[in-house]
Amino acid sequence: METKKTSLYQLHKDSNAKFVEFAGYQMPIQYSEGIVEEHKFTRNHSGIFDVSHMGQLFIYGGEDLIKDLEKIFPLNLKNLKLNHSKYSFLMDKDAGIHDDLIITKINEGFLIILNAACKDNDFKILKELLNEKHKMVLDVNRSLIAIQGPKSSQILNEIVDGVKNLNFMSGNWFLFENQKVYITRSGYTGEDGFEISIPNNFADRLTRELINKGSKLVGLGARDTLRLEAGLCLYGHDLDKDKTPVEANLKWAISKERISKGDFIGSDIIIKQLTDGVSKIRVGIKPEGRIIAREKTKIFNQSDVLIGEITSGTFGPSVNGPVAMGYVENEFSKKNTKVFLEVRGKKHAASICSLPFYKKSYVKGVNQ
Amino acid sequence: MSEVKYSKEHEWIKLEGDVATIGITKHATEMLGDIVFAELPEKGSSVEKDGTAGVVESTKAASDVYTPVSGEIVDTNQAIVDDPSKINQDPENSAWFFKLKIKDPSEMDTLMNKDDYDKFAKETSA
Repeated sequence: METKKTSLYQLHKDSNAKFVEFAGYQMPIQYSEGIVEEHKFTRNHSGIFDVSHMGQLFIYGGEDLIKDLEKIFPLNLKNLKLNHSKYSFLMDKDAGIHDDLIITKINEGFLIILNAACKDNDFKILKELLNEKHKMVLDVNRSLIAIQGPKSSQILNEIVDGVKNLNFMSGNWFLFENQKVYITRSGYTGEDGFEISIPNNFADRLTRELINKGSKLVGLGARDTLRLEAGLCLYGHDLDKDKTPVEANLKWAISKERISKGDFIGSDIIIKQLTDGVSKIRVGIKPEGRIIAREKTKIFNQSDVLIGEITSGTFGPSVNGPVAMGYVENEFSKKNTKVFLEVRGKKHAASICSLPFYKKSYVKGVNQ
Repeated sequence: MSEVKYSKEHEWIKLEGDVATIGITKHATEMLGDIVFAELPEKGSSVEKDGTAGVVESTKAASDVYTPVSGEIVDTNQAIVDDPSKINQDPENSAWFFKLKIKDPSEMDTLMNKDDYDKFAKETSA
């Protein structure tokens, strides 16, 4: 199968991107300044990310749709206000995670942002679960551009007036050159920022304008170091079908009311795990030295017994040291527990730590 | 001035007397991206030509560093362990990796000169 290109492909090329194939797309891993500079520029200023490979699923419908989606997602969707977003999961009956996603209530129904590698399968699963009752569109005519970092609100607001008034995890329709764009205040970096759903033909123009106002393109490499410092999960690594939201330490994202009803796919296992506890759980892991413990690194306790595995690990440019997360047996998950990481045949000291590694600075309540 | 030679694994080597200074090339650092971790061989240890003699890691991945000649490690550059970004800044000079006492100077003859290496680097990265 030929690799797909996003609407920003030419712009990436013009900006000296190094490309990688990711989920069937030619995506920029970095530009000429490199991952560390791009990472720091996002934290201190404003970075633009092409995330058009992600799925934008529109599902149209009213009361019925809410009822049907509540059987699938562990969310209180009937109380979700117009233009508000929630983080959630598509699970199987054993509460294994098919995908993690952001669902936003829009006028006509819901907009769900899906991971690139999962979107086609998610669409199939949802279509089956919803019995083709509701109109579903996995929109390939729209691009998705994220702008992240402390200066992003000011920069984007110069181009799209009013976005600075959005609250974190909420969105709205705006106009860019008379095109309807849907913008949410959200992101995947631990910084304040926005995600812009825009018709493909206008994505390049909007992005060039953002660059003119002082923002810079940032590749998938820095996106990974930014999200890991922020303690955010990457599907296919930190989350997959063999892990549940409770094991992933994401029970905050499951509605308490919906647990008490226990009527969504996977609820039996979720309730059982919340009651009885889990055998493994996701934790932050901080190596003591500079050694980088990457995905699949084995984790040992002080008696040299294998207790888990790293699922994401890299160097955190803002932390200026290695950062990692992984799953360990529950009894070793307490903060400050000493563990050992086996890297290239040698054991290196590390400790369990709380997430995030880098403190978030989301904007809340600008309207209040 | 002694001639600098290059290996296919993108190390440079400069022989002065019987002591060789070894590091990685500018081309290697450009391929690796930002280097954030370096591990060096132990002083006093013996290394064999083309064997592993260290590790560098970028934000993306780990790569082995090989020694282009055999010998005994007599010095290592702690400065690049403390601040691995120095390797990106000055790879073919102050950011050397290790010095070794060369065992068999004829091993130098198997390596490339600058022109051949530049050609090799260009071809392999195309």
